[in-house]
This record gives sequence, structure tokens and C-alpha cells, in this order.
Amino acid sequence: MGATQTRSEHKYQDLVEKTGFSLEQITNLHKRFQHLSGNEETISKESLESIPALANNPIKKQIIGAFFDKRNQHQDEAGSFEEIGFEQFLMVMSHFRPPSLKTTEEEKEAMRKEKLRFLFNMHDTDNDGTITLAEYRTVVEELLSKSGAIGQEAAKAIADAAMLEVASTNVPHMAPDEFYEGITFEHFEQILKGLEMESRMHIRFLDMDTTTMRCGKSKS
Amino acid sequence: MAALRPVRRRPAPRLTGLLCVLLLVFVPFASASRDVDSESNETWGRPARSTQEDPDHRTNSSDPHPKKSFPVLSFNYEHVRKPFEISLWILLALLMKLGFHIIPRVSNIVPESCLLIVVGLLLGGIIKAVNEKVSLFDSKFFFLYLLPPIILDAGYFLPIRPFTENLGTILVFAVVGTLWNTFFIGGLMYGVCQIEATQLGDVSLLSCLLFGTIISAVDPVAVLAVFEEIHINELLHILVFGESLLNDAVTVVLYHLFKEFSLAGTVTVVDAVLGVVCFFVVSLGGIMFGVVYGILGAFTSRFTSHTRVIEPLFVFLYSYMAYLSAEIFHLSGIMSLIACGVVMRPYVEANISHKSYTTIKYFLKMWSSVSETLIFIFLGVSTVDGPHDWNWTFVIVTVVLCLVSRVLGVIGLTFIINKFRIVKLTKKDQFIVAYGGLRGAIAFSLGFLLTDSKMKRMFLTAIITVIFFTVFVQGMTIRPLVELLAVKKKKESKASINEEIHTQFLDHLLTGIEDICGHYGHHHWKDKLNRFNKTYVKKLLIAGERSTEPQLISFYNKMEMKQAMMLVESGSAAKLPTVVSSVSMQNIQPRGPSSRRAMPSISKSREQEIRKILRGNLQKTRQRLRSYSRHDLMMDPFEDNMSEVRFRKQRVEMERRMSHYLTVPANRQETTPVRKVWFEPGVSRCSRIINYTL
Repeated sequence: MGATQTRSEHKYQDLVEKTGFSLEQITNLHKRFQHLSGNEETISKESLESIPALANNPIKKQIIGAFFDKRNQHQDEAGSFEEIGFEQFLMVMSHFRPPSLKTTEEEKEAMRKEKLRFLFNMHDTDNDGTITLAEYRTVVEELLSKSGAIGQEAAKAIADAAMLEVASTNVPHMAPDEFYEGITFEHFEQILKGLEMESRMHIRFLDMDTTTMRCGKSKS
Repeated sequence: MAALRPVRRRPAPRLTGLLCVLLLVFVPFASASRDVDSESNETWGRPARSTQEDPDHRTNSSDPHPKKSFPVLSFNYEHVRKPFEISLWILLALLMKLGFHIIPRVSNIVPESCLLIVVGLLLGGIIKAVNEKVSLFDSKFFFLYLLPPIILDAGYFLPIRPFTENLGTILVFAVVGTLWNTFFIGGLMYGVCQIEATQLGDVSLLSCLLFGTIISAVDPVAVLAVFEEIHINELLHILVFGESLLNDAVTVVLYHLFKEFSLAGTVTVVDAVLGVVCFFVVSLGGIMFGVVYGILGAFTSRFTSHTRVIEPLFVFLYSYMAYLSAEIFHLSGIMSLIACGVVMRPYVEANISHKSYTTIKYFLKMWSSVSETLIFIFLGVSTVDGPHDWNWTFVIVTVVLCLVSRVLGVIGLTFIINKFRIVKLTKKDQFIVAYGGLRGAIAFSLGFLLTDSKMKRMFLTAIITVIFFTVFVQGMTIRPLVELLAVKKKKESKASINEEIHTQFLDHLLTGIEDICGHYGHHHWKDKLNRFNKTYVKKLLIAGERSTEPQLISFYNKMEMKQAMMLVESGSAAKLPTVVSSVSMQNIQPRGPSSRRAMPSISKSREQEIRKILRGNLQKTRQRLRSYSRHDLMMDPFEDNMSEVRFRKQRVEMERRMSHYLTVPANRQETTPVRKVWFEPGVSRCSRIINYTL
């Protein structure tokens, strides 16, 4: 018992530095990971898909996909995993940490870039560095998928208008026969500058264990 | 009065000044003429022959003399006195407001509220000099007529997202902060009064606490007036403003509590417990009234599609009823009004026509503007007028204590709040929150309501001093301080479809991550509420097909409508704004044979509205209105002063710009020739775009 304790603490110390979570938060997340994986070492897509609360989420597929996306592991690899371990789980979660009082402006800027990168990866499914019109259309369609049958047309129109906006903001003067390939990361940053991602894209990670951490997985 | 006709050569400020002086002289005269016309009271039996006032032709038509000549001109002021005076006051207030904005230098340094108080002081001085006893300030008038429009305006246009995100913080500041202020000021004041040297030994503890209650509440009117002009970032604005709104419940409870007991003399523990219970009753009860009336209003608006003209009235009346109903039971009227506006708004806006929406917006802004102006002017007048009892110690200690308690309160509470907040409040934020704690007319009115006594006069003097101090000193210096401290300003953001898409995307993403993490946080509950809203409430309260429209689509439609109107407005003004970008749809669409252009599939009713707007402005109609009816809204006929040539030129320009805004194919030649190009004689080709969606 004692030996495993210190070994796991060592392991966690490593993770604390890598991801920026505190020791308590990592312990809690580990408990959750165990619960989701059924005490295995890795989780697969099925284990995440079986969370009942996610059933109502229109972008469920993209979220689960993001966990298994190699690009979110900060290791310059591409492609996707079949299964992920706790460390990869934590790395993805670390994108949702909030800034603290002590974060400097540069750190906030870096945080914002990281979060925007995460979002960009979620949209850019074929990993070519741009979000094409087709990919953006898919995004909007997925968003509207749970909201009833409005049809493909509305989604297409909205995505087109959005694309037009990105193009006109970033490349204001295009000749009629030029073609706007897709939204690059710089344009993406530019268009979402006003949203202040570092203050918005975060959830509260608990320092204490709660009972709800044990629910949320269907007993099959 | 020839001077009233605008003479172009004279500069405007002089003219306004002249007008103001004329009116300034007129007002006391009008009030003073009460005495002169006491005889004409007897003429009320006879209907007023002529309403023209001419002081030289005052004839006494009271006693019917058999040989008296027929009065060609008579004077009967009493008949219209009350509405006349009210209108005169409002007109004067608005002319003052007009005057300030014509003189730009002053309005940049001094906030409007200060200038209005100064005007009030001048007016009060003039009235006093004429030796008239005009006791205008009636607390009932203030609470029933002047305050509700401002609060409704604030509540209806309350930015919901930042408000709910910071609700915890706002509540802590409002409730705990106000309690702290009350007891700190009241307690220390009592301590000071006990000192022999001040000769204030007769002020009891309860009176001091009552005074503390009145003086400690941050005032929404003053906050709005000052913060409107400095444009700080959304977070700080909503923190101070939300606090000023929500502290009403605390103020109401404490005020009644201490007022009751300052007569009784003592407060027992049972009373204190009852006080706490009362607080919950007052606040939750007020909110409940607001919600009920809000739902009623939303439900009514579902059926108003045939009587568009009265739609705005429903909004105003239901809200006002919510306020009054809450006031019947001594619940918090302000919270009721806010709750009503907040609950009603999303559903009403989905149901009413665009014109009604504009009407509501402008009427609310107009009324709240008038109210605010009147409040500050009356404040000035009452200062000169009101019974005063200046006591150096009391006043100075009050001002100092107010400042100190505010600063300590904010620092202490932020320390606690920051432990629970994710985005912490920095020192700069704390400073602005503390500095923005302005007192205003509500404090004055509450003081005015006290029973008359020497203490009341002393209290009133102190209250006025604090109000003046906060409004003048803090109001004037807050703008340079904001610049100095480089506080983040409100970002000028125009509605962006990308931001909207990503806001929604983020919401779902964060909810999903919370679900994966397994803890039910902020996003989880918000998501649940949204789903409940969508499945049950919207179906009940929104008419027709709009009830199932997802938010993204309504946003998109709103944007398209706005751009269509902008297009049309800029077109008819014959001034062509520079086109921002030359990017059009064909730059984005992938090349290829299968490029079927996407059409905006706006719903039928929306499409009707856009078509109406375009038609009304592009079409050259010489038709007259078929019938004049007060109950129908007819389309505005196109102004006839457009020459044909200019019209055609604008049509061409309009089409060119249409292709930038609506998702419309740029090469019009490629499009399939539609069954008819003109669906109505004289209509431009722009309407063809709308035709496609049929």
C-alpha cells in the first residue's frame, strides 16, 4: 500500500508539471477515469459514448473525437488513437483549465492560442491546416442537428454567411476570380479575437471528490 | 414670440440659452399666477372659451352682469394648471438636456447628472427668490412614476449572459455588502453621537441604523447615469449595476424593519429572525410576481398578430402592473420589474413585429431618459427647497464613513468571493466597484418619507451631501481615473455570425466536458434549463413556427434583416457608404459543376417582412393610402421626391451591394431565368432574390 502510494505520487508529480493541475484535481480525475474505464488502464470510444448525459449533446461525436485526436497531445503527431490512457485524458482536460490571478499577459496569450488550437483541431477534421467550407458546413449542421428538422439549407446558408464574414474580414479585397481556400489558424484567431477564450473556455475542476463523479455511466 | 423661430445666423447655444432663460422666467410666473387666478375658479362651470393666455386681457367672467359685454377673450389657468405645469417641467428638463449636448466641451468633463442637478439648484433658487412655496418633490410621485421607467429600461435590456454568470458575486455584493454598510455606518454613527462633544446624544441606535440603511444602498439611477458615459467593460458594469438593482430587497426590508422599531424602541431576537424571513419573502415574492406577469405578457403577445399596434402597450402595462402589485404587499418592486422584463423578453421578441420591437426600445429609452432628467432636476430643486439642518459633525462623519465602509466592504468581500470565482477580480476591478458605489435619488426619497422631526432634517441634509459628493466628485473623476488606470473598456463588437456559432459550440463543448468529468456544474444546469425551455415553455409562449426555431437560426435571420434594412436606409439616403470588402460568394464557393448556390431559406413570414421593407423603399408608388384608419398600420409610401434617374442609379448600386450581404449568386447571368422578373410593376430585380425561396 505504501509503495504504490509513493509511486503514484511520483507519477502524479510528473503529471502536475506537465498539465498544470493540482494533486487533488489529478486524484479526482483519476478516480473518474477509473470509473469510466471500469478499472482498466485505458478507455475506448465506447466507454465515453456510453455516458448517458452526453446523449443530448449535438456535438457529442466531435467531443469524443477530440479526446482521441493525437494533435491535442502537444506532440506534433497526427491521426487518432484507438484507446487512451490517463495521461492522454489529462492532457486533453488541461485545455480547459482557467487562468489564475498570477497568470501573466504572455501566459494568457499562450493559453488563448492553445484553446483556439483545440477548437481549430475539432473543426479541421482532415488535418490540412485549413477549415474548408465543407468542414464548416458540417460543424453548423451538427450544431443544429438536435434542434429539429430545419433542413440542410439553413445550415448551409449560415455556414456560407459565416465563411463570407471570415473572408471579408481577413482578406478584404479579392478579385472576383480568386478563391478563398479555407480558414487558416491565423484567420480563425482573428475572427474569434472578441470572445476572449482564455476567460471563457474553462470548467471548474474540483479539488474535492463529489458523489456525482461516480454517476454518469450506464450500467450495462 | 419671434425669438422662438430659429434664426440660422445666430449660433445655437445662444438660442438655447435664450429659450432657457425665457422658460426659467416663465415657470415661476406660471406657478405664481395661482394666486391671481383664484377668482377664475368660479368659471369652471362655464366651459373655457379660449385657451389663449394673454395677461393683458384678463377678464373676470365670474359675475354675470346683465350689462357686461360678451367676453371675447378670457383667462382660465386653473383649468389646465396641473398638466400645464407638468408639461412645462418636462419640456424645460429636455431643453436643458439638449443644451448640454450642444456645448460639447462641458459634457465631456462633467457628467450630465451633475449639470442637471446644478440646473435644479438654479431653478430652486429662482423659485425661492420669487418667494413661492413649491413643494414639488413627492416621494410617491418619485416611486410610482419616475422610478419604474428607468428600472424597466434597465431590466428589459439587461445583458443576461454576464448577469447570470456573475450572479453569485452580484448577490454577495448586494446582500452582504449592503448589510455590512448599514451596520457599519449605523453603528459607528451611534458611537459618534454618544460622544459628548457632538451634542447629538438624542439620536437613538435605531435611528442611526435607519439612517445607515437609507444611505448605504447603491443607487441604480445614479450608477446608470454615470456609467453610461464611461463605457467600461461588461463585467464591471454588470457587477456595479446588478448590485444596485438587487440591493433593493435588502433596503426595503431593513427600512421597514428599522422604521417600525424606531417607534417601538427596541429590537428583540425574534424580530431579527422575522427580519431575515421577511428578506426572503420580499425578494422571492417580488421575483415571483415579476415572473408571473412576465409569463402573462409573453402569453398575450402570442395572440397579437392581428393587432400589432397595441403590442408595445402590453409590454409596458404588464411590467408596470408587476411593479405596482409587488408594491401593494411591500415586496421589492424593483426586483419584480426586473424579473418581469427578463422573463418576458425572449418570448415577446419572438412574437412581435419588428416595428413593435423598435417602438418598445425607443419608448423605454425615451421614458427612462425623461425620468432620469426630471429626477436630477428635482433633486436640485428640493435641495434648495427642503428643510435643512446642517450639523457639521454629522455630515462630515457620514461622508467619511460612507467611503470607508464601501472600500472595506468591497475589499473584504472580494477576498472571499475570489476563492469561489474562476476569473478573479483584480485590484483595478475592486477599485472601480468601490468607486462606483454612487448614492442617488432613492436614498433621498426614502429619507423624505420619514416623519418630520429635527432628526429628519438633519438626516436629509446629510443624505443630500453624500449624494452631491458621490455624484459630483466621484461622477466627475471616474472617467479620468478609468483612463489613468487603463481599465478595460467595452469592446465595440458588431454582431458576428462566427462568434455566435462559436458561443453555441462552446456551450455544448463545455457541457460535454463537464459530463465527461462527471460533475454537474454551471454548464450542465444551464443546458438542462435550455432544454426545458425549448421543449415546454417556448411551445407555450411563442406563436406559430417560431416556437421551434433554434437560436442560431433566429440570430442569423435577425442579422440578415438588419443588413437588409441598413442597405435600404443607406440607399434611400442617396449617400453611398464605402463598401468594406469586395469579397462575395463566388470567392468562397468551390469551383465545380455541382455548385448549386445556397439560398437563404428564410421562413415565409420573415421573407414577407424583408420583401415588404424592400418593396416599400424601392418601389415608386404614387398610390395614396386607401383608407385612413387609426387601427391599421399602412406601409409608408415611397417618398415622391426621388427623380427617376437617381432611382435607377440607386437600384443598380443596391444590387451590387446586395450581393455582398445576402448569400446571393454574384453572376446573375448564370442563374436560371425565373418565371417572372418583375412580380410587381416597378420593383427592382433585387426582389427576385426573395422570389427564389418561394
